[in-house]
Amino acid sequence: MPVSKDLVAASATPLVLAILAEGDSYGYAIIKRVAELSGGHLQWTDGMLYPVLHRLEHQALITAKWSTSETGRRRKYYRITKEGRRQLAAQRQQWQVVDGTLRGIWLQACPA
Amino acid sequence: MTAFADQPLVEEQIAQWREYLRRRQAFHGSDIEELEGHLRDQLTALGEAGLTGEEAFLVAVKRIGALDALSREFARAHSDRLWKQLVIGPGAADESTPGAQTEMVVAVGLAIAAALAVKLPALFGLQIDESDQPFYFRNAGLFVLPLLTIFFVWKRKSGLAAALWLALPFAAGAVFANIFHFGPNSDTERLTALHLPMALWLAVGVAYVGHHWFAGEGRMNFVRFSGELAIYYVLIALGGAVLVAFTVMLFASIGMKADWFIGRWLVPCGAAGAVIIGSWLVEAKQSVIENMAPVLTRLFTPLFTVLLLAFLGTMAWTGSPINVERQVLIGFDLLLALVVGLVLYAASARDPQAAPDVFDALQLLLVVSALAVDGVALAAIAGRISEFGFTPNRVAALGENLILLVNLVRTAWLYARFVRHRGPFASLERWQVAYLPVYAAWAAVVVIAFPPVFGYR
Repeated sequence: MPVSKDLVAASATPLVLAILAEGDSYGYAIIKRVAELSGGHLQWTDGMLYPVLHRLEHQALITAKWSTSETGRRRKYYRITKEGRRQLAAQRQQWQVVDGTLRGIWLQACPA
Repeated sequence: MTAFADQPLVEEQIAQWREYLRRRQAFHGSDIEELEGHLRDQLTALGEAGLTGEEAFLVAVKRIGALDALSREFARAHSDRLWKQLVIGPGAADESTPGAQTEMVVAVGLAIAAALAVKLPALFGLQIDESDQPFYFRNAGLFVLPLLTIFFVWKRKSGLAAALWLALPFAAGAVFANIFHFGPNSDTERLTALHLPMALWLAVGVAYVGHHWFAGEGRMNFVRFSGELAIYYVLIALGGAVLVAFTVMLFASIGMKADWFIGRWLVPCGAAGAVIIGSWLVEAKQSVIENMAPVLTRLFTPLFTVLLLAFLGTMAWTGSPINVERQVLIGFDLLLALVVGLVLYAASARDPQAAPDVFDALQLLLVVSALAVDGVALAAIAGRISEFGFTPNRVAALGENLILLVNLVRTAWLYARFVRHRGPFASLERWQVAYLPVYAAWAAVVVIAFPPVFGYR
């Protein structure tokens, strides 16, 4: 079951921030982690991750650093900032509100 | 990464894909590197899953996404990139190469040299703000233009022989600017100061085009360069004026006069150095900013056409003759020069293959009305030239008027043929660039022959 585009776009920021909160990472690994976490249901067009990362970097929620990977190529690693963690907490609360609200109505409207 | 059996093919495809990205403005060098890294990680993973290189490439590229959508997203994340940044020197610009850095060092070095050249005569007691001012005006071009020529000789790798040939006009210029004993407040001296840089500008042009003087296209590029340099120079001068204003204000606030520093150092050295810096910027940033001169041409051609037509109409209506005063000939010279400039820069930006359009008709109208206005002015002046006598200023202005007139008559003729589909636009362009040396030749005549002929008046 693929998730709709709008939902994917809306969840991109908290997902990226949360993955980076686990530890520094780079584009390809973030994509893989998303696929793993969602069991393959959240399908991103790989390239679209990078504008998101750059936007977050611009907002100083994450920082980036080029360093050499184990394969010898240069790779851009991202790290979450203090401000990013604060943003992540705020996003988490918002998503919990949405989730809680939906949960309440799911049970009454269409009991699974 | 694990190499595929068909690794060379994959590498070729990656290179091609990278080239596609590079052509889009939204991606910078580091983005491309990042995306390529992603692509290669993906290829490795797919290769481990048993795909061949070609299959893996297809899948990986598909997963990265369509370039159109991707470049739109990148552009949204980096809206600043839609503004092309004019960066001085290397740094943020990804495309800067080691060569660009050397060029910057050379340009800055030559600009400093030009600034010092202006101060060189001061070592021999010639001060710029005293009675030696005429010396500085006469030699103004000689402080800067040789260094600019050196810059282009260096940049085009023209070699020592070319450099020595190019040194000749400057040596001649230095001789003719300084051997004559001009009288006090001399007109011919002022004419020399005005015309020597015009004559020497041709030598700069030869250095600029390198080996291609007779190829035509090179000379048109020099015309483009000159126009852009003029615009850059005005911009730098505006910045310089602000700098001067603040220098005065700051030092005046602590009760000190900075006049001597501004008059003797800041303005003359800055004016000299700015020529080199401006030239270097035009050269280095050719591809970064759109050319400004053709845009201004497009903007002002209709306005000047309206002005000239309105002037002719008013004159015909009221019957009032041109009031022939001392400066009027020079005014009409400037008008013709302006029209030639408008034609030249319109031609420089035009696709010679394109069919004639409304703008060409407008240009023809501009040229014809300028000719009519100048004809009326010349007729008025001719009647009274014997009355005024042949002063050097008047002869110089008359000569320039004739030279520009000849150019415009021929231009009008070629334009008319082109607009009526009788001839190619290229012939007009060829005529304009072929005519360029004539201006320099006349300027040289004014510098060399006028002082003795008119007795150094």
